[in-house]
Amino acid sequence: MDLESIVKALNLKVRSGEDKLKAEIRGGYTGDLLSDVMANSKEGDVWITRQVHQNIVAVASLKEHAGIILVHGNEPAKDTLEKAVKGGVPIMVSDLPGFEVIGRLYALMSKTG
Amino acid sequence: MGGNFDNAGEVSSNIKTVLKQIGLPKDVIRKAALVAYESEINIVSYARKGMIRLRVVPESIMIEAIDEGQGIPDIEQAMQPGFSTANQKIREMGFGAGMGLCNIKSFSDVFHISSEVGKGTHLRMIIRASSAVLNS
Repeated sequence: MDLESIVKALNLKVRSGEDKLKAEIRGGYTGDLLSDVMANSKEGDVWITRQVHQNIVAVASLKEHAGIILVHGNEPAKDTLEKAVKGGVPIMVSDLPGFEVIGRLYALMSKTG
Repeated sequence: MGGNFDNAGEVSSNIKTVLKQIGLPKDVIRKAALVAYESEINIVSYARKGMIRLRVVPESIMIEAIDEGQGIPDIEQAMQPGFSTANQKIREMGFGAGMGLCNIKSFSDVFHISSEVGKGTHLRMIIRASSAVLNS
């Protein structure tokens, strides 16, 4: 499954990395503690978080995540967006709370494999 | 430079790029990137200034994080998972969860820490490259 299908299915707003939406998603990870995400997430994961500051771009790019989904309508901070655009890291926003985003995503990904 | 979170992660990103260019196994790069990142965040969070030194030999990668800062009074306590002296501002950004040093240790093959209160902290980590080649 690629990011584009997720964007459509969950009605996500794409804020950066529009050209990377064909990237294959291998899995997902959720967390707001950056050390936890650094240690436990994997390459190709989509990262679901409510953190909006610019350090999320560094983490996502170091871990080579497929993209970041910000939950509950949280928008990336201005400098976060600038870094994400520059680094080609897709940031997507959902109005839904994290629990629902993750639930829907999990169901979608389990179905399609 | 301590206290500046704007470019936090950039040193680690450079280190990762260099290691990729050398063509080291992914698993080794993954470990080194984490070790470098957590060290970098520690310097930004707690030190006045610091440096990260990378040395690569065929058998291993050595990463050193040397800072000038407050130092750690009780290293054993600092190594406890969940222990942190981070202020509210640092915690709000999702840092300061008390996982940094533990993660560095668990992702390194050799971990050495020394610190002097009021002077600074010196971390030295070695990640073996050869064993990873055999395993991958």
